[in-house]
Amino acid sequence: MSFLRPKDDTQPWKGRYQPYDLIKELCIAVGVIGLLAVALTVLFSSPDDKSSTISQWSHELPADFATAAAKELDETSDTAAYGPPYNHNGEGQHAAFLYPQKWLGVSHPINTAADFVIKPLETVPNDAALQSAVAEYKAAPEKQKKEWSEAYAKPLEEYSTAVEEKKTLPSTVSVDPSTGTVTVKASGAGPVGTMMTSLQSLAQSGGLEGGLVTSSGQFFQTDYTKPLLFMADGGLLAKRAEGLHLLGEQWGMMNETGSFPGQPWLWLYALWYQVEPFKSSENADVLVMLVMGVLSLAFVCIPFIPGINRLPRKIPIYKLIWREHYRAS
Amino acid sequence: MSMAAAIVNLNHPAHTVDWGFIHLSVANVVVIGLMFVVFFAAILLPFPGAAERAAARRGGGAS
Amino acid sequence: MSAPPTNPSKSWTVKVREKGVEALPPERLLPDGQPTYVASWIYVFGVASIASLIVIIGSGCILALKGPAWWHFTGVGHFFNSIHMWSVELFFFAMVVHLWGKYWMASWRGGRGRVWVTGAITFLVAVPAALTGYVSQQNFDAQWISTQAKDGLNSVGVGAFFNVTNFGQMYSYHILLLPIAVVGLVSAHVLLVRRNGVVPPFEIDTKKAAIAATSPDRGGPPPPPPSTATGAQS
Repeated sequence: MSFLRPKDDTQPWKGRYQPYDLIKELCIAVGVIGLLAVALTVLFSSPDDKSSTISQWSHELPADFATAAAKELDETSDTAAYGPPYNHNGEGQHAAFLYPQKWLGVSHPINTAADFVIKPLETVPNDAALQSAVAEYKAAPEKQKKEWSEAYAKPLEEYSTAVEEKKTLPSTVSVDPSTGTVTVKASGAGPVGTMMTSLQSLAQSGGLEGGLVTSSGQFFQTDYTKPLLFMADGGLLAKRAEGLHLLGEQWGMMNETGSFPGQPWLWLYALWYQVEPFKSSENADVLVMLVMGVLSLAFVCIPFIPGINRLPRKIPIYKLIWREHYRAS
Repeated sequence: MSMAAAIVNLNHPAHTVDWGFIHLSVANVVVIGLMFVVFFAAILLPFPGAAERAAARRGGGAS
Repeated sequence: MSAPPTNPSKSWTVKVREKGVEALPPERLLPDGQPTYVASWIYVFGVASIASLIVIIGSGCILALKGPAWWHFTGVGHFFNSIHMWSVELFFFAMVVHLWGKYWMASWRGGRGRVWVTGAITFLVAVPAALTGYVSQQNFDAQWISTQAKDGLNSVGVGAFFNVTNFGQMYSYHILLLPIAVVGLVSAHVLLVRRNGVVPPFEIDTKKAAIAATSPDRGGPPPPPPSTATGAQS
C-alpha cells in the first residue's frame, strides 16, 4: 500500500446499491443553504462598524495621540521597537532557538520618526516656523535628537500613566477640551514642541492618513500598513475593541463586532492565550502558532496516529449511524 | 447610506457567557451548541427512503 | 474529418484521457446509486459544505463585480455582504459537522487516507481564506483584526511576505488565490470519494471480518457501482 493509505481490514463493498440522485441532492442543498443564508440576512443583516481615523483619534484622545506621536519620534513605540518585518530595532519573538521573525528579515521597512512624523510635517506648506523646526531637528546629531524627543515624551508618558491608574494628572500636560490641543511644558525639548503641535493640527485636519498612505510618493496605493501601525501604537483602536469584546483576554479572536457570531472555529487558537505559559509570555504568539501548527498537522494525520485512529471503533457512535445496515444484516 | 433595517438588531455590544477562564459571546455559544445539536440530530433522525433500500437489499434494485 | 493518429501511445492527450477514464469511468464519476448503508442525515453535510461554498462564491462574485467599497454605501450591497457572511458561517458549520461524522465513521479506512487528508487541509486553508476576507472589509473590524493578526503571523516569519495590513494583497488573496486553493482541494477531495466510494460500515461480525481479512481481494479501489437506471427509482 502507498504512504497515504493506512492498512486496515476494510473490504470493498460487494453488497446492494440503492438509487441515489447526487445532482438533485446538490441542487436541493444549494437551494436550502441559499434560502438559509437569505433568511439569516433578512433576520440579522451583518455588521459594518465604521473605521476609526487618525483625525478622530487626535480629536477624541488628544493626549494619547500626542504620546504616541512623541514615542514614534523618539523610536520607543511598539512599532519602532518591533523588529522584523518593519525594522532592526528588535529581534522579535522566539521559541527556544527558533527565531523565524528575525530570520525572515525586514521586508516592509518603517522608520517611525521619519515615516510617521518628519515626512508628513515636511508636506505642510506655508509654515516657516514649522519648516525651520524640522530643519533644525534633522540637522542635529542623533544624541541631541534623542534628548529633545525624550524630554517631550516624558511628561506625556507620566500623564498617560496617571490617566490609566486614575491618579492626579500632572500639570506639565494640559488639554484644551474645545480644540483638543495638547500643551506640554517640557524644558529641553528644542524644536520638538513646535513639530508635535503641527502634527496634531495636521492629524485633526485629516491630512495625516492620506499622507501616511501615499508617503512613498506613489499616487495609487492599497497598502495601509503605516496608518494602521501608527493607530495601533495609540489607545483608540484598543479602547473601541474592549467595548466590543475583541481584546485578546476577552477571547476576541473568536468574536465579531456587535452581537453577531464570529469565528467559533478559532476557539483553540484563542484558548491558549488565556492559559500559562502563553498568557504571560513575551513570545506568546510564536508559541501559540507552533502549538497550533503541531496540532493542525496532527489533525491532517489522524488516520495515521495510533490510538486516535482506533477511537471511532472503541466509542461506537458508528452503530447509531449505520443502525439500519446492521439491523438488515 | 441606505440600508434596510434587520428584523433583529445585533448591532449592540455582545452578552457573554463566563465560566472560569472561559469567556465566550452568546452568539458563539449558540453556534457551537447548535453544531452539537445538529450533529446528534443528524445521526439519530431516520433518513428517508428506507423502503427503497429494503427493496434494493431484497434484490429489487441493482446488485 | 481528422487525420489518423501517427503514434497514439506517445500522445500526452491520450495518456491523460486513458488515465482519467481508468481512474474515474463515467459511472463512477457520476453514479446514480449509492450503497444501501448510505442511510443517515450525517451524509448530507459534505454536500451542504459544497453548497455553502457555492453560495459564498456566488455572493462573492456579486461583491467583486462592484468593488470592495460598494457594500458600505448601498442597501443591495449590504444585502449581498450579509449573504456572504452568513454563508461563510454555514460553510464552517457544515464542515465541522461533516468532519465530526467522518471521524466517528473512521472514513479513512480501506485506502481512503487521502480523502481525510484533503478534507483536513481544505478546512485549514479555509481559515486564512476567511481571515483575508475579514481584513478586506475596510471597516473597524478590518482595522482591528489586521493589527492583531499581524503579530501572530510576524512571529513565525509569515508576515514578511503576507502582510495583513496591506489591503491590496489581502483582497487579491481573498478573491482569487485562496478560493482557487479551496475549490481545487474540494475537487480533489470529492474525486477521491468518487474513486474510492463511500466508506463501508465497520464489520461487527468478527468471524466474518476474520474470513474477509484473509481473502485475497483486499484494498484498492472498488468496482464502479452498478447503474440503477433500470431499477427502482425514488
